[in-house]
Amino acid sequence: MRNLINFITRHYFFFLFALLQVVAMMFIVQNNTYHRSFFINSSNFITGNIYRMQSGITQYFSLKSINEQLMEENTRLRSQIPGSYLSTDQNIFTFRDTLHQRQFLYLNARVINNSVRNRNNHMTLNKGRLHGIRPDMGVIGPNGVIGIVKDVSGNFSSVISLLHSDMQISAKIQKNNHLGTILWQGFDHTKATMLYIPPHVELEKGDTIITSGFSQIFPEGIAIGVIDEFEVRRGDNFYTIDVKLFTDFNKLEYVHVVQNIFLEEVDGLETQNGSGN
Amino acid sequence: MDFKIIKHTGRFLIMIGIQLLILNQIHFSGFITPYLYPLFILLLPFNIKGYTLLLTAFFTGLVIDIFSDSPGMHASATLIMAFLRPAVISLITVKTEFDQDIEPRFDFMGAGWVFIYTLILIFIHHLSLFTLEIFRFADYGETMLQTILSTAFSVGLIMLAHILMGTQKKTKT
Repeated sequence: MRNLINFITRHYFFFLFALLQVVAMMFIVQNNTYHRSFFINSSNFITGNIYRMQSGITQYFSLKSINEQLMEENTRLRSQIPGSYLSTDQNIFTFRDTLHQRQFLYLNARVINNSVRNRNNHMTLNKGRLHGIRPDMGVIGPNGVIGIVKDVSGNFSSVISLLHSDMQISAKIQKNNHLGTILWQGFDHTKATMLYIPPHVELEKGDTIITSGFSQIFPEGIAIGVIDEFEVRRGDNFYTIDVKLFTDFNKLEYVHVVQNIFLEEVDGLETQNGSGN
Repeated sequence: MDFKIIKHTGRFLIMIGIQLLILNQIHFSGFITPYLYPLFILLLPFNIKGYTLLLTAFFTGLVIDIFSDSPGMHASATLIMAFLRPAVISLITVKTEFDQDIEPRFDFMGAGWVFIYTLILIFIHHLSLFTLEIFRFADYGETMLQTILSTAFSVGLIMLAHILMGTQKKTKT
């Protein structure tokens, strides 16, 4: 004990310095929000890393049960999806949209010809009238909207891609249901443009755009893309939104063709009271 | 003895006053602020007791902190400077024994020695201060630039103060 006291008194200069320095640091950390948050954050960083390391080790022990869970989930999801890519020809799946009391039929097809570099792009599917495909049916891919069937022959059908100057798809912003129109202005097959969203709507980069379901061609809620950039151009009274498309049009292979069974009924009704187009 | 206390207190008040009222308002090109108050620590006599030196430095910094709303930063930086002061003095001085109650001034040590002494300690002070202010080691180039430029200004200011005090002393004696 006496040695310790001797040691401290001999080096009191350093110990006093250290003590006062600790006091000063306490002042700094206690009174400055930035420094405090930095301290808390860095300690969180350290503890967080330790926890991550720990879970990195322990998660191997639960791999088996996680695999089982995933298998179960896969089976459940597989029984829910409207179309499976592995299924063979001629299969027709029905999908009841209970929210709107509307029934859609899905047929799967393969893209056998496709283009993305022209101003007006088309693609050809390996199924046609014999398989139940009719003009004006919607075409969707694993990641979202692809196009609309234009012409059908016996065994093939021609699809107007989303990347076409005549293509306009009724779309909405997922988070607030504001309605707009998706169209393609050329050049970049990964981007489309969304128009007619009024400027009072609050947008954010990364908001998801989905189909509105108003056109009777696509069901509601099919993904299209996410907002990449937006601006109100001078003289316009709506946003011009750049949308990054989910679908990579350059590598399409399997697609679904959507048939709206009530299309004629709705169209007929709308033509009757003059609201149709 | 009383005269000495009055002299140091007066010096302390004048330097703190100049620092807070004038120099703290100066921000050359946005981020260069000269500091005069470390001169008070630099001017303490050679034979000062270690604990007096450290406590004086701590409280000087603390007073600056209280008035400039930066709790602890100046106290810490000034403390570091005071802690390294004896080491720096013995490093740059041939004769290390100071039995007299003399101060590091032009009169006794010469202008060159005072300049080196000031430069080293002010650099240490500023480096500690700006590092504490930024509180991270990223973008260290910017902190270094700020330290070097502010050190240049502070050292210039302190040398000026030395010259002013030196002449006063000479006229008095």
